[in-house]
Amino acid sequence: MLRWGLALPVLLFAAASTQAADIGQVKVSSGNVTIDRGSQALQGRLGVRLQQGDVVKTGADGSVGITMSDNSLLSAGPNSVLALDQYAFDTTTNQGRFDTSLSKGTLAVVSGRLARQSPGAMTVRTPSAILGVRGTEFVVSVDAGSVAH
Amino acid sequence: MRLGLAVGAAALVAACATPTGEVVLLPAQDGHRSVLAVKQGDREVLLDKPYAAATTTTQGPRAFESSPKEVEARFGRALAAQPARPQSFTLYFVEGGNELTEDSKRVFESVFPDIARHPVPDIVVIGHTDSVGTDAYNDRLSLQRADAIRNALIERGIPAEDIVAEGRGKRDPLVATAQGVSEARNRRVEIIVR
Repeated sequence: MLRWGLALPVLLFAAASTQAADIGQVKVSSGNVTIDRGSQALQGRLGVRLQQGDVVKTGADGSVGITMSDNSLLSAGPNSVLALDQYAFDTTTNQGRFDTSLSKGTLAVVSGRLARQSPGAMTVRTPSAILGVRGTEFVVSVDAGSVAH
Repeated sequence: MRLGLAVGAAALVAACATPTGEVVLLPAQDGHRSVLAVKQGDREVLLDKPYAAATTTTQGPRAFESSPKEVEARFGRALAAQPARPQSFTLYFVEGGNELTEDSKRVFESVFPDIARHPVPDIVVIGHTDSVGTDAYNDRLSLQRADAIRNALIERGIPAEDIVAEGRGKRDPLVATAQGVSEARNRRVEIIVR
């Protein structure tokens, strides 16, 4: 019993410290938005904090806007699937990597501190192309049913 | 007969290069130059002016010029969901101290109504130094400055978990100087509200 009492605060602390791995936050959410995190499916509600590896999905009526910790802005229209594949950001040097992929739908991007520091630090993949982001604002779409080549 | 030929030709073209998507470079609101490389295998199209665009196809990227109207038609929903641009507030210190200048005290106060306007605010406090001293020294000093302002925000009721403090040391001067130059305008803290 005493053991449990000791272990619990440690677990809580561990849970709180994983928040340091938050890489972005849902700032705009409308309609059906879900976030796949490993085997979990979370609701993509306003304020949800995101982690590397999250896959953000919007339904036919859905759209979502995300602000990343490096000030990048990502927003997806309906019927979109956006994966936050890799994210590393050194807040002192502005160095790191940001790789996302859009497997369907529409995405608007404003690049942030990572891309400004190092052209080439940010990429957006689609099933058929790789976009090298040297800055700063663009939109990209992936047609439904298009096949990777 | 003619129709049959036309349809046949269209089918042939489609088989050669089926569109798979589209990329359009937009004007940058912050005035920075925008450049985007669209790469498919060893074929690359460079987009380097507003509304320069590429269709990605099964045969590689094909450049074209888009327009605000086309962008709105195809990407209107994605653009409407774009989060607010991060807002930046810059604070300066009285020479040789931790106290804010009178102007900066007013700027500090103006941060709170801005935070209140955001439905789910998160705040980044970034410290900067001038070029006197080593990187290690300035990295530490800039983080101390940022921490002090972060604490001041927490004291005023902003939840601690919503504020991150960062130190950029002397890497990001407001005014370019030689190494080792004392420059008050570079000793500053930025508050980013987003």
